[in-house]
Amino acid sequence: MTALVSLSGVSKIFDNGTQAFGPLDLDVGSHEFVSLLGPSGCGKSTALRVIAGLLQPSAGALAFPASRPEIGFVFQEATLMPWRRTLANVQLPLELKGVGRGEAEARAREALARVGLNGFETAFPRELSGGMKMRVSIARALAAKPKLLLMDEPFAALDEPTRQALNDDLLKLWREDGLTVIFVTHSVYESTYLSTRVVVMTPRPGRIAADIALDFPPDRTETFRLSPEFAEAAAKVTAALHGAHT
Amino acid sequence: MNKLLQYATPVVLGIVVLALWEFVVRHFDVPPYVLPAPSAIGGAFADNFSSLMASLWTTLRVTLEAMVAAFVGATALAVLFSQSKTIENALYPYAVVLQVTPVIAITPLILLWVGFERIDVALVIIGFIVAFFPILSNTTLGLRSTDHNLIDLFRLYGASRWQILWKLQLPSALPYLLGAMKISGGLALVGAVVGEFTAGSGTATGLAWRITEAGNRLEIAKMFAALGLLAALGIAIFSILTLVEWALLHRWHESALKKEN
Repeated sequence: MTALVSLSGVSKIFDNGTQAFGPLDLDVGSHEFVSLLGPSGCGKSTALRVIAGLLQPSAGALAFPASRPEIGFVFQEATLMPWRRTLANVQLPLELKGVGRGEAEARAREALARVGLNGFETAFPRELSGGMKMRVSIARALAAKPKLLLMDEPFAALDEPTRQALNDDLLKLWREDGLTVIFVTHSVYESTYLSTRVVVMTPRPGRIAADIALDFPPDRTETFRLSPEFAEAAAKVTAALHGAHT
Repeated sequence: MNKLLQYATPVVLGIVVLALWEFVVRHFDVPPYVLPAPSAIGGAFADNFSSLMASLWTTLRVTLEAMVAAFVGATALAVLFSQSKTIENALYPYAVVLQVTPVIAITPLILLWVGFERIDVALVIIGFIVAFFPILSNTTLGLRSTDHNLIDLFRLYGASRWQILWKLQLPSALPYLLGAMKISGGLALVGAVVGEFTAGSGTATGLAWRITEAGNRLEIAKMFAALGLLAALGIAIFSILTLVEWALLHRWHESALKKEN
């Protein structure tokens, strides 16, 4: 299997001399759902920004063996423009890419419908709840039809039921769109529930401590969350995370 | 009902104070060159209506021109600052020098340079100088306070500098800019008045000149009438800018959010 993204010996040292992470070797293949799991400050978010091309690596090489895929990015906060209505927010990536107004609007409407927000096109962000704002943010990332979706602790600020609902929706989108997802989190349960692979990172500077493949059916449900298999996998990931700490 | 009360209270208070004023002046026989009664001020206003209105128009025009010039100049410079740190480092200290030097101290110089035959131009320049800095400093802050994640998002989708500026930084800075305009509107009026006071006479015909003139002739009632007009002009400018702010921000900005009781 050829990788979609390939990092070899990639590290990032900030101008002040702090090493954020690395060296990191990681191949992510098409249609994988990879979680980067690690404690706060281990540089996992920085690694995500390097993959997005928002930061230059200090050493090593970042490669897209096929070609650079269309990339979507979802931040920890919804990061919406408060002066734009929902639809206009979702349209932004298409607008910047020069897609015509009519087509951009149609695709934005479709993306909003897919995250369950039809009827909210004309709402301003401040009128939406935290979970709905995050859905808008996901719709915005989906509107540009990305191959690779990078998510930086997107649900960390949400309450538990909202978070679970969004986890399920994200899995559905991942299945239906043939997306590749790299998902940064510090939650063992979230990473175990969502991923085909959990990459456990050490504290700063973050390196890979364990790379755990999870072989669960793609259509996971509420019962899966309560199953012994899930508990067993979560225990394994927890053990790896503890191992990385010491 | 509460709304009505909210508007009625200051009006009622104003009427009570005016009535008391009128009573005190009449009852204690206060000479009109010390404190004229409100009725006398009203009379002076009616008697000098056309000259006062002409002066109001002059002051209004000077103030508006100064505000527009300050808005255009300061916003343009703030945008320039946001694009180049070097330009900002080079120019910002001089903008501060312009701000901290009391305007009244440079007024004679400006009047001298521009010439008393073009006093309106000098007044606009003075108004511009005082109105300029709040807009510059606030808009610069606003442009710089843009959400960094949003800038990253724009970059991710290949946005140009111009797109980032136009679609992201300027809307982000809008609340800051509008807040500064409210301050600068008042300051431009102060500049226009201060300039005219310093000019003393010559071709000046604004409200400040009417006040000076009335003072010299001991026409205190007319002085009060001109003063009242100046206050009204200041309130009008502030109200209009508040309205503009509301119109542009109320739908999306936190400042306009209604609190639930």
